[in-house]
Amino acid sequence: MKALSINNLSKTYRNGFQALKGISLDVEQGDFFALLGPNGAGKSTTIGIVTSLVTKSDGSIQIFDTDLSDDAELAKSYIGLVPQEFNFNGFEQVKSILISQAGYYGMPAKQAEPRADKLLKQLGLWEKRHTASRSLSGGMKRRLMIARALVHEPKLLILDEPTAGVDIELRRSMWEFLKKINAEGTTIILTTHYLEEAENLCRNIAIIDKGNIIENTDMKSLLNRLDKETFVLDLKTPITNNLELDGFTCHIVDSTTLEIDINRGESLNAIFEQLSLKGIEVSSMKNKVNRLEELFLKLVDSSEQLL
Amino acid sequence: MSKQSRHQQHWVAFSTLLKREIRRFIRIWPQTILPPAITMTLYFIIFGNLIGSRIGEMGGFSYMEYIVPGIIMMAVINNAYANVASSFFSAKFQNHIEELIVAPIPNYLILAGYVAGGTARGLCVGVIVTLVSLFFTHLPIEHIFITLSMVVLSAILFAIGGFINAIYARSFDEISIIPTFILTPLTYLGGVFYSIDLLPDFWQNVSLLNPILYMVNSFRYGMLGISDIPIEAAFAIILLVIVILTSFAMYLLNKGTGIRS
Repeated sequence: MKALSINNLSKTYRNGFQALKGISLDVEQGDFFALLGPNGAGKSTTIGIVTSLVTKSDGSIQIFDTDLSDDAELAKSYIGLVPQEFNFNGFEQVKSILISQAGYYGMPAKQAEPRADKLLKQLGLWEKRHTASRSLSGGMKRRLMIARALVHEPKLLILDEPTAGVDIELRRSMWEFLKKINAEGTTIILTTHYLEEAENLCRNIAIIDKGNIIENTDMKSLLNRLDKETFVLDLKTPITNNLELDGFTCHIVDSTTLEIDINRGESLNAIFEQLSLKGIEVSSMKNKVNRLEELFLKLVDSSEQLL
Repeated sequence: MSKQSRHQQHWVAFSTLLKREIRRFIRIWPQTILPPAITMTLYFIIFGNLIGSRIGEMGGFSYMEYIVPGIIMMAVINNAYANVASSFFSAKFQNHIEELIVAPIPNYLILAGYVAGGTARGLCVGVIVTLVSLFFTHLPIEHIFITLSMVVLSAILFAIGGFINAIYARSFDEISIIPTFILTPLTYLGGVFYSIDLLPDFWQNVSLLNPILYMVNSFRYGMLGISDIPIEAAFAIILLVIVILTSFAMYLLNKGTGIRS
């Protein structure tokens, strides 16, 4: 079953700006799906229409086979939304926000209480449950929005830049949490500017640019398209002379750092063999840039050339 | 959730919204409950006691007795209006109106929740002002049904008015324009402090165009048994205005005016 099916969706704002130009997209139940695109590409408009915050100009949306136009109430009941901007009542207490949210979805307070308590504990907000939400730190506010989106047990969780402005440690713990709820059966759609996040979490991906879907595939196939990667090698012993490696382009950044371009399919062993022969020891190695980032820029760039 | 009928879900959503609205105005009671109690006490002291004692009787009652129903009604409609206008506008301003738009709540329940919250505050303030008035005068109630139904209908009508105001408002200034320039003058000219029989014919006829006159007089009729206007006409007009305002508010909500792009 499809968790979300978007067909020929378009949106033109009152000022004439065409944010979406007839996009179509399917997200399977249980998927962890990334919707990527540069600023102003149409990601938030798409999410806005799916969550009824934005009125569509044309097209149709089905959520778990329920058409949003035919039975908005049922379709909306499947969704939990974590928006980009904080949008809770700053004067309300943390737990009260969750109980109210569950109530809006028809869940009585008695039923919502244990669910809210569990989420507050899981997301590290238990100690703050009686605090006015405006007093929370930025990271806590983000977690509160995730807890709020999950309190009514949605089948489809949509996260619009959930880790924006969140420190690395918290981001990683949020990733673990999202992986866990996805494994438990919640379909997740994620938009993010951290491409590492999408690469780590998502199985399928769509890239949107200037209101068009320019790529829609699974993450593995997309990453396989990368024909060249640049690795950064940290050397144990400094090198003084020029270095040449047969079959590889290498660039000396400084005496203990090398950058080597490797074509897809080439073995890394050949590099290490040649370096060993030259008496050069490698202490660590990493990708120069995130692989998805490289592809993303390439795709967006080629879409701009086409347009 | 799927096991519950939609009717039950709607009831839970409505009562959640209503409870939230009541919690809100109770939490900020120094801004919502206390000021009208103080202002109306001043009205009783100045207009009722000090000036009223020199005015003498009006419609067969002491001036204090005569103005009490109008002052209670004034407090009710002002607070019902202000509650919805400020609460709904704040929800827009802080974007937490999105919680309701995203949720599976029909628009009529959003309107009903806010209006019920505004009505609750209007009635709460009305009860407080009534209790304060008992320190100044005896308060008869001639027709309990008319008294209660009129105060509830008036609160509902102005709560819907506040909702429409908040839908259009783009700044906090814009939710104070209507109360300052329309609501307050209409209230003062709505027979709170005088009988329209005292006015020249022309101004009597002009006064009949003021909906607040009908509310104040019907409420006064319920309490004292006297009125400048026919009660049946008052109920008909108020119900008609409620229907018109509700239809307009629903039209705006369904269209997404001020809340959806």
